[in-house]
Amino acid sequence: MSFFKDAGHLFRFVGIFVLLFIIFLVARGYVVPKSFGQYGHYRGAAMGEIAAHPLHFAGHQACETCHVDVQDVKKNGKHAHVNCEACHGPLAKHADDPASMTPTKPDTATLCVRCHAASAARPKNFPQVQAEEHSTGLPCETCHQPHSPAMTAGGAK
Amino acid sequence: MKITRRQMLVLLPAAAIAWEHVLAGTPEASPNYTMSEHWWSMLIDIPKCIGCGNCVRACQEENEVPDGFFRTWVERYHVSDEDMTNPVVISPNGGKDGFPPVAKEDAGKYFFVPKLCNHCVDSPCTQVCPVGATFVTPDGVVLVDQKYCLGCAYCVQACPYGCRYIHPQKEVADKCTLCYHRITKGLTTACCEACPTGARQLVDLKNPNDPIHEFLKTHAVQILKPQMATGAKVFYNELDGSVR
Repeated sequence: MSFFKDAGHLFRFVGIFVLLFIIFLVARGYVVPKSFGQYGHYRGAAMGEIAAHPLHFAGHQACETCHVDVQDVKKNGKHAHVNCEACHGPLAKHADDPASMTPTKPDTATLCVRCHAASAARPKNFPQVQAEEHSTGLPCETCHQPHSPAMTAGGAK
Repeated sequence: MKITRRQMLVLLPAAAIAWEHVLAGTPEASPNYTMSEHWWSMLIDIPKCIGCGNCVRACQEENEVPDGFFRTWVERYHVSDEDMTNPVVISPNGGKDGFPPVAKEDAGKYFFVPKLCNHCVDSPCTQVCPVGATFVTPDGVVLVDQKYCLGCAYCVQACPYGCRYIHPQKEVADKCTLCYHRITKGLTTACCEACPTGARQLVDLKNPNDPIHEFLKTHAVQILKPQMATGAKVFYNELDGSVR
């Protein structure tokens, strides 16, 4: 029994360690977020937070629910596969509540040349013009209907 | 109001359960979305890119990217006939405001290369994060947990494609999320939505009906820096050998 009598100070020591370990576990439980490790070594809830960011671009599906007339003009033209917001800009606000925000009409003088200004770096088969020679300063929409830009007999349609 | 010992014993576990809900964070924002059914990536069709910069503008507007920083950008390559291995690459303001005109006397070829995070499977950036703030999601997107990020910038150095930056106001790592807030709702990314020629296409490799499967079979498709073994999954169609 003399062994246990002398070992009393060791038990107190072990007791302190056990207590500190319990404090560590409790503190860790509070500090580490619950979703950490749900899918891997990261906070699983972060994905939900990122997925909850607000939209700025509504997506062409949203535009087409109302603007069927524009869709009809576009669908047979060269711009059939150009999404609305490629030219009109991000309009999720307008799609959510059309009354709250009215989009401004893009200025064709600056808009069209973004894509159609002649450049040797652009693919050869892509329609390009030297704006000054091509239009002599007239706005593009004088002759071209932006939603279906091909020239037709009798001018812009 | 006096709380008895008995009431206290009942209240404490209730408070603990409530606190667990706080710690668990916000619930999944897209209830109809199953992560295990998707494996996202992107296809860049180089011959279709006209360098209009729509993707760069759209990305900055959609994700509120600060001026002078880019989650996606467009580079213009000029490869001269004499020196094929040393192309001249420019990307003024990320290609956001277009590109300077090409001088008539400059021989050689020109083309545009849009760049973005490659959402690598074995991404070097997630491996170096000391706190688990950046990760590959179960649906194949590399994301940053900005609440957890310390801003140490290890990942910025580790990315071989230069796709990360430290956000000047938030002081944490920031990068392309592949518009995670859009693709989980069934929309395409902002850059793909704004691309007028279809040069950028969102790809879901786990969707058997995605046209990417047929495209990969029938085209010469490459990834950037394959020698880095990053498992990059942004596919480039007809990529020139001088691009790096």
